[in-house]
Amino acid sequence: MVQYNFKKITVVPNGKDFVDIILSRTQRQTPTVVHKGYAITRLRQFYMRKVKYTQQNFHEKLSTIIDEFPRLDDIHPFYGDLLHVLYNKDHYKLALGQINTARNLISKIAKDYVKLLKYGDSLYRCKCLKVAALGRMCTVIKRIGPSLAYLEQIRQHMARLPSIDPNTRTILICGYPNVGKSSFINKITRADVDVQPYAFTTKSLFVGHTDYKYLRYQVIDTPGILDRPFEDRNIIEMCSITALAHLRAAVLFFLDISGSCGYSIAQQAALFHSIKSLFMNKPLIIVCNKTDLQPLEGIPEEDMKLVMEMKAEAAKTVIGQGGEPTNAEEVLLTMSTLTEDGVIAVKNAACERLLNQRVELKMKSKKLNDCLNRFHVAIPKPRDHKERPPCIPQAVLEAKAKQAAEKERRKTEKDLENENGGAGVYSASLKKNYILANDEWKEDIMPEIFDGHNVYDFVDADILQRLEELEREEGLRQAEEADDDFEMDGKELNPEEQRALTEIRKKKSLLIQQHRIKKSTAESRPTVPRKFDKDREFTSKRMGRQLSSLGLDPSLAINRARSRSISRGRKRERSPDRVDTNGDVMDMDVDTPNKKLRLRSTSRSRSKSRPPSEVVPGEGFKDVTQKGKALKLAKKSVKKRNKDARRGEADRVIPTLKPKHLFSGKRSTGKTQRR
Amino acid sequence: MRLEKCWFCSSTIYPGHGIQFVRNDAKIFRFCRSKCHKNFKMKRNPRKVKWTKAYRRLHGKDMTQDSTFEFERKRNRPERYDRNLAENTLKAIKKIDKVRVTREAKHIERRMKGKKGKELQEAKKELEQNISLVKAPAVLKEDLSLTLPIKVKVSQTQAESHLMEE
Repeated sequence: MVQYNFKKITVVPNGKDFVDIILSRTQRQTPTVVHKGYAITRLRQFYMRKVKYTQQNFHEKLSTIIDEFPRLDDIHPFYGDLLHVLYNKDHYKLALGQINTARNLISKIAKDYVKLLKYGDSLYRCKCLKVAALGRMCTVIKRIGPSLAYLEQIRQHMARLPSIDPNTRTILICGYPNVGKSSFINKITRADVDVQPYAFTTKSLFVGHTDYKYLRYQVIDTPGILDRPFEDRNIIEMCSITALAHLRAAVLFFLDISGSCGYSIAQQAALFHSIKSLFMNKPLIIVCNKTDLQPLEGIPEEDMKLVMEMKAEAAKTVIGQGGEPTNAEEVLLTMSTLTEDGVIAVKNAACERLLNQRVELKMKSKKLNDCLNRFHVAIPKPRDHKERPPCIPQAVLEAKAKQAAEKERRKTEKDLENENGGAGVYSASLKKNYILANDEWKEDIMPEIFDGHNVYDFVDADILQRLEELEREEGLRQAEEADDDFEMDGKELNPEEQRALTEIRKKKSLLIQQHRIKKSTAESRPTVPRKFDKDREFTSKRMGRQLSSLGLDPSLAINRARSRSISRGRKRERSPDRVDTNGDVMDMDVDTPNKKLRLRSTSRSRSKSRPPSEVVPGEGFKDVTQKGKALKLAKKSVKKRNKDARRGEADRVIPTLKPKHLFSGKRSTGKTQRR
Repeated sequence: MRLEKCWFCSSTIYPGHGIQFVRNDAKIFRFCRSKCHKNFKMKRNPRKVKWTKAYRRLHGKDMTQDSTFEFERKRNRPERYDRNLAENTLKAIKKIDKVRVTREAKHIERRMKGKKGKELQEAKKELEQNISLVKAPAVLKEDLSLTLPIKVKVSQTQAESHLMEE
């Protein structure tokens, strides 16, 4: 409800700006790129979207305008009338109506053009349709331009209206122009209304707030009213009339006793009588201002009579409210805003009257009766002057006194601490107040860890019982185990088998060892066929030995081997007392390496026992590392030759110049152009 | 003060040892030493790492189910102190430990028991297959037992005389 929050209405843009805003938004928020090569549905969609988007935006903005401006029938009649007075109700409604029709028109335009766009068959045609649609929408807006401007002005003015709450306690100040209404409001509130010597300084309503009995009162200052027939009144006067008419407030009718406002008391009285209908049901107080210039008593007779008449009228309103009119009811007050004489009295009187009236009204209404029952405190009137103090029984008093004493005497932990050396020295015994089955156990220290276990994990009420069970179980189990152990595996190997097994294992391990040695020396050991065995391993004696160890008679095999062997012939050459013939030159070549090696192998005994890495002075090495490096290099250079079974650096013998397997054979796939 | 178990190897963590790691989901991982911690950081599964208790239990190397394990259980309700109860508990812990240790040893023993038979089987097989390394098949055919053959001596002088003749 826009009660008095006209400040929250959004700005109404003028026609041109409106169009600009919407069109630029359309351009920004919808896709912009389209080519004539796109599918026709896509083109249509593109332009339809633009038209729709524009229409939606217009619709949105116009709707917000229509919704936010208050409907004169829905708001408080005071505001309704005020707005009517200020901006003609009809004009206002017309403007809003125009906006509404514009909105509908735009919707229709959009609908029509979207329908047409559905059948657009080229980019150009769709584009034209869109341009036409947007153009028409914009002309509609242009046409309502004046309405928009008017509404904008209204909005600006409405935002500056004073925020008057029509339902709260209000004091209305009225009277002729220049009588001192604004000075009065300046005095009692923090409002800073213009006070000038010319009439109609105040051109609109002004609100100030003042406090009385812890309640806040609105004080409304109105522009001066002249005595004219109702129809002739101008807008400014109509403002105050409206306020008088609709606000339930206490009215202070200001009277200028001295006549320095330019109007006589008679004129003011006439005004009073003409608008007294508006004072119906409102607490009225007649205030005579400017008493510093002319005290009330000093006015002439006729004026006094008029004033008394007014007072009578005012008193009548009091009767109308109920309650006897006593002289205590102030309906006529005097004050002077210049000297501030009587100002507070006037304010208090007005506030009091208003409060009483409102309270009475509330009392009469049904709602309050329920609350009243709850908060009405009845205080009985004392019937005599006897003293009746509250009665406290003696026991209670004694108990109270005892408690107080006890509180003093009881020793606190803090006292204990202070006795035993203070905070750092004494550590309070936390176990002092433990509730245990046996008080001797209070200072016991319970171990938390025992033998790699947490003791708390084992704590159980019936642990003994369970332990007993466990031990019984264990006993049974052990008995069973003893029975089981008597089972023995009868089968075992007899000693012969055992021996055979050990022999087998020995032989196996030997083979494995040999293989390992072979593997480790494989880098520098040449792989040559058996007929070139250097170390003379493969002798017939060896064969004989091996066969005999297996249990066979080797003699036949040895004989056979010997009858075939070449060494018989060779052996003859080798004996020193034989003369060689030239026919055995071939054999010699083959023979000599064996001889050389044999000679070399025999002369292996070394008498020295130096470690190989020791540097002998005559050798020419700087230190052990150098010698080591040299040895390594030497070994490295020899390795390759050894692997190729070369006798030395100069050995370039090719045993078979044309081995058959490399020079024969067909390929499975491919050419045999080179071998 | 509580003795915790290492998350990786399940050994007890004494006070002043190890590292505790708290993950973002508030699960706490305690490690007894940096070995376990580093293994954890490498995302190794303790059930696959041979030397952990988790592996051993999973693969049946150690005892998993026993009534002695029921005694040790984390109880969250505090009990009122009772001296007799405390004494009994301490005594019981010792006995339970003994029982548990003997049972575990028995379990392992039982596990190892079948080894003799297996070994015997293997030995028999080996004997059968590889007897030819020490006894020639010809000799085996004659003498079917697995005894070692007698070594035949080669007459050396005979061989020499043959040579000299040529």
